[in-house]
Amino acid sequence: MASRLVRHHLFWPLCVLAALLLFNLLYSPDFFSIVVRNGNLYGSLIDILNFGAPLMMVSIGMTLVIATGGIDLSVGSIVAISGAMACLTISKSSDQSSLPLVFGAVLASIALSLVLGLWNGALVAAARIQPIIATLILMVAGRGIAQLITSGQIITVSSDLYEYIGAGSLASLPFSIFLVAAVLIAASLLTRKTALGLFIESVGSNARASRLAGLRSNTVILSVYVFCGLCAGIAGLILSSNVSSADGNNAGLWYELDAILAVVIGGTSLSGGRFYLMGTVIGALIIQTLTTTIYMIGVPPEITLVVKAFVVLAVCLIQSESFRKSIAFRWAKRKYPAEQEAARHVS
Amino acid sequence: MFLNRKYVPVLVTLGLLAAMFAAGSLRYTGFFSMQVLYNLLIDNSFLLITAVGMTFVILSGGIDLSVGSVIALTTMVCASLVEQNGWPPAVVIPMVLAMGSLFGALMGAIIHYFRIQPFIVTLAGMFLARGLCYVISIDTITIADPFYTRVAQTKISLPGGFVSINVLIALVVVLLAVYLAHYTRFGRKVYAIGGSEHSSLLMGLPVARTKILVYTLSGFCSSLAGVVFTFYMLSGYGLHAMGLELDTIAAVVIGGTLLTGGVGFIAGTFLGVLIQGVIQTIISFEGTLSSWWTKIVIGLLLFVFILFQRVLSERRISIKS
Repeated sequence: MASRLVRHHLFWPLCVLAALLLFNLLYSPDFFSIVVRNGNLYGSLIDILNFGAPLMMVSIGMTLVIATGGIDLSVGSIVAISGAMACLTISKSSDQSSLPLVFGAVLASIALSLVLGLWNGALVAAARIQPIIATLILMVAGRGIAQLITSGQIITVSSDLYEYIGAGSLASLPFSIFLVAAVLIAASLLTRKTALGLFIESVGSNARASRLAGLRSNTVILSVYVFCGLCAGIAGLILSSNVSSADGNNAGLWYELDAILAVVIGGTSLSGGRFYLMGTVIGALIIQTLTTTIYMIGVPPEITLVVKAFVVLAVCLIQSESFRKSIAFRWAKRKYPAEQEAARHVS
Repeated sequence: MFLNRKYVPVLVTLGLLAAMFAAGSLRYTGFFSMQVLYNLLIDNSFLLITAVGMTFVILSGGIDLSVGSVIALTTMVCASLVEQNGWPPAVVIPMVLAMGSLFGALMGAIIHYFRIQPFIVTLAGMFLARGLCYVISIDTITIADPFYTRVAQTKISLPGGFVSINVLIALVVVLLAVYLAHYTRFGRKVYAIGGSEHSSLLMGLPVARTKILVYTLSGFCSSLAGVVFTFYMLSGYGLHAMGLELDTIAAVVIGGTLLTGGVGFIAGTFLGVLIQGVIQTIISFEGTLSSWWTKIVIGLLLFVFILFQRVLSERRISIKS
């Protein structure tokens, strides 16, 4: 029973999250307090959910891409482009809060992110370029495109309606949480209640074998990149509407790295073939909780990165099979390379 | 067929470089001069050194995202030790080189022994090195040490212009790397591991040692690039060389090295760095173009090159079969 629990894919991520929360509880007892102000809930936990929403959104899309054995480095740039597009459209109008305008701006951004996702997908599926390079193109060029849209400036908008996406509340919870929940539920249902999830994992294990077995590997690959683009686009809207401005240079900077980290912490292997959406969400929450914790205990924000590096390393080491084994069986007899190789193939 | 097919990507890069330089010379007065060519080397010497280390890592089938941060950390350590603690540069420079190599070796060991993807390990290394910069200081530290200013201001005259000491260091690194990659056992092992790690292991090649050495080499190159960067900027700052890892990877890919490992040349990387330099020079000569066009053009070039390599490698497979 206990070993089954330990082997569950959510065990280690949940342990890390629990350890972080426990640390916070011991450090400042009112960490868990949630107060109601103006009919909205406030508190550190709500903040973590709210500020972590864009990262969770991007990570959900990234999980499916990684499940097919790919990777999407361009999400940070898509976040910037999507925010820039929406803010540009809104800022050009005189009545910035009109419903059709905001609706149109959001639609334009989403359409643009779908196109960008399609571009990535086409490069990977049709042109058969390695995913890491195919998406590197948009990662480099996308930042430039975002700056082109904003003409290198920070565009600010004053639209109550647009602000609602990232800063508004619904049923006393931040609206962005509902967006994430909706995407998460849709993705979970699509992948776990239909055969789509199986297709994705099959393509991730071996795209060629899947195609020979009658699967449209290319369509599956294309669609996960489009979905990832969509997620990044929505995250860009949340992020830019939260601060009511678009910054082509800094919006979504290093998001691709945080998102990949969240996916890996969640237990999804970068080699593809298996994926855990809940694990990814927990991974994103770990990253956000870590950031909040670091700010709270008064560590200068500049050295956040050092703490982050050690946590990343620790989490990856805990999840690494060979690290756990080397700790557990230090006394085990020496194996020769060929023997190790044979053992690796058998297991 | 007059030439070996494996040289085609490098030759295409060379052709493109010549075409871009020619286009620049025709369009702008004063572009066609030896000094512009030398300036390409002067302004990109640190990128060149980093890219050489990265080429080895990519040839072995890995990736190193920590290079930019290691450069920043090196500038920071140099500046703080030399300026704030008064250490002599003769002690500091070998020390930071050893530090960078050790950093790379550690990452390589974690990658190999615990089988964690290079992407994740070097990502953690990138966070760590960048964070350590801020532990030292949040602000810029200017270097006014006489040795540094003398190195920075020394101009070596060549026909038609001058180069800096940095350029000499970079060129020596490139030549040593060409020797290391193509004329030593280590180089062949790197190519072999990039081709297939399992086969190399079964052949009895020392995979662990070679892989760790490759990351050590990349760490060494990054810290050397950091030293060169301090000569170039005369300061240490945590935001130095931000995003340089992308420029480096782009230069290596434009130079014809495959990211899957096992295929590529140091000479290609050299040309890839120069192409990036020419793009920046053209944009600065144009004057009205904004800096973001650099990114878009480099993105487009990446696209063209990758597609070209794709077509080329597909043909090679069809010829074989």
